[in-house]
Amino acid sequence: MAMFIRVDIDEAVQRDPALCRQLVEVCPVDIFALEESGRVTTVEPNLDECTLCALCWEAAPEGQVNVVRLYRE
Amino acid sequence: MRFYEYEAKDLLRRHGVPLPQSRLAHTAEEAAAAAAELGPVVLKSQVLSGGRMKAGGVKFADTPDEAAAATTEILEIAINGLRPVGVLAEEKRTITQEYFAAVTYDGRAKLPVIIFSDMGGIDIEEVAEQHPEHLSRTHFSAARPFSDYIAKNAVAAVGVTGNDLNALTRIVASLARIFLQYDLTLAEINPIGRLDDGAILALDSHMDMEAEARRTHQALLKELGVDDDDNRQARPPTPFEIAAAQLDAADPRGVAGNLTEFDGNLGLIIGAGGGSLTLFDAVRQAGGHPANYCEIGGNPSVSKAAALTKLICEQPKVEKIAVMMNVVSNTRVDIVARGVIKGCIEAGFDPSEKIAIFRIPGSWEEEGFAILDRYGVDYVDRSVSMHEAAARAVAKMQA
Repeated sequence: MAMFIRVDIDEAVQRDPALCRQLVEVCPVDIFALEESGRVTTVEPNLDECTLCALCWEAAPEGQVNVVRLYRE
Repeated sequence: MRFYEYEAKDLLRRHGVPLPQSRLAHTAEEAAAAAAELGPVVLKSQVLSGGRMKAGGVKFADTPDEAAAATTEILEIAINGLRPVGVLAEEKRTITQEYFAAVTYDGRAKLPVIIFSDMGGIDIEEVAEQHPEHLSRTHFSAARPFSDYIAKNAVAAVGVTGNDLNALTRIVASLARIFLQYDLTLAEINPIGRLDDGAILALDSHMDMEAEARRTHQALLKELGVDDDDNRQARPPTPFEIAAAQLDAADPRGVAGNLTEFDGNLGLIIGAGGGSLTLFDAVRQAGGHPANYCEIGGNPSVSKAAALTKLICEQPKVEKIAVMMNVVSNTRVDIVARGVIKGCIEAGFDPSEKIAIFRIPGSWEEEGFAILDRYGVDYVDRSVSMHEAAARAVAKMQA
């Protein structure tokens, strides 16, 4: 269970297969993975490795990928 | 990496340092054969430990039979838990004067230093304290070629003159060149003996090579018979140390390992460009008892920092841990903070109770401090020195 980071993916992202693949490609710590259906999901054990590099939320239209720092909530 | 005496003497011999004749014996029969060839001998346990004489690891023999009997005894004696790999049978000589010479690094001066004394054969720290006029310290550059005059100055500084000065200059100069050529951290001859016939010989030697230099000097080590897996540690690694090495090797991101176990109760997660050594010493200076030394840095992953923390916290003797580094630029404070908190929790402890202090200032420290705030961990920034942070951790242990 991730303690520090949660990543929220808007449903709009799932309708864009290219963006789903891009999220998997840009994350340096493999937080994103593709399901067989083509949907993008997060890899639970890797969430806390998030370096807050911003590559994922910059890849997506504003507000569609949100990295939540749980310790700030 | 420490050399056995016979290996150190091999190095000295290659560089023209005069030595008594000797033979390495692995059995009583070989020692007897050596004594038959050399005459009366001194038999010395080949073990990577000091205190050989006191432990019975050095004996004298006048005949081959005596040499065989003494060798049998010596090979049975473990010194500080270490078994000898053999016995060095060396011709017995009559000594009229003993000298001491060593080359090592002076951390404060950041230079190599020759330490020379005309009171060899005894504890050099004792000479330094009680007879400082009999000891010289001569710094030199590791970057420039070594000149014999530096060695001559070191020897002459304690009043040695004449033939001894000339002979000792050659020996000390060779010792300094060996030190530089083979990346040693210590090259010592104690004693250097002047014999009754005036000859000057190196009678015992202790050399340590920088562990990181082993790869550079593979050819030499092969010639000396040092295998790649011969780690030359003073004792076998403990399960705690093995586990730490395994978790460090399992994840290439950063460093979280190089752990050495100690007897204390304060677990240490320390690092940053020599900071680990400073912090370890600071804990001891404050009266604390470290359970371990380790190194963390180079931006380890959260999972790697967590695994090391969990391992340390799970040691029954560890009451609290102190997470301390120098100011970091290539390791993120928030990543380490996440790791140590996660490791504590995974080991079943409350981070606010288990972590005595967190003192890692540097990159992403505000983010790190937010995490520490969230979990109630006591932390300090760079305005608190490493020594003060160590003292606070120790004070909590004693509270």
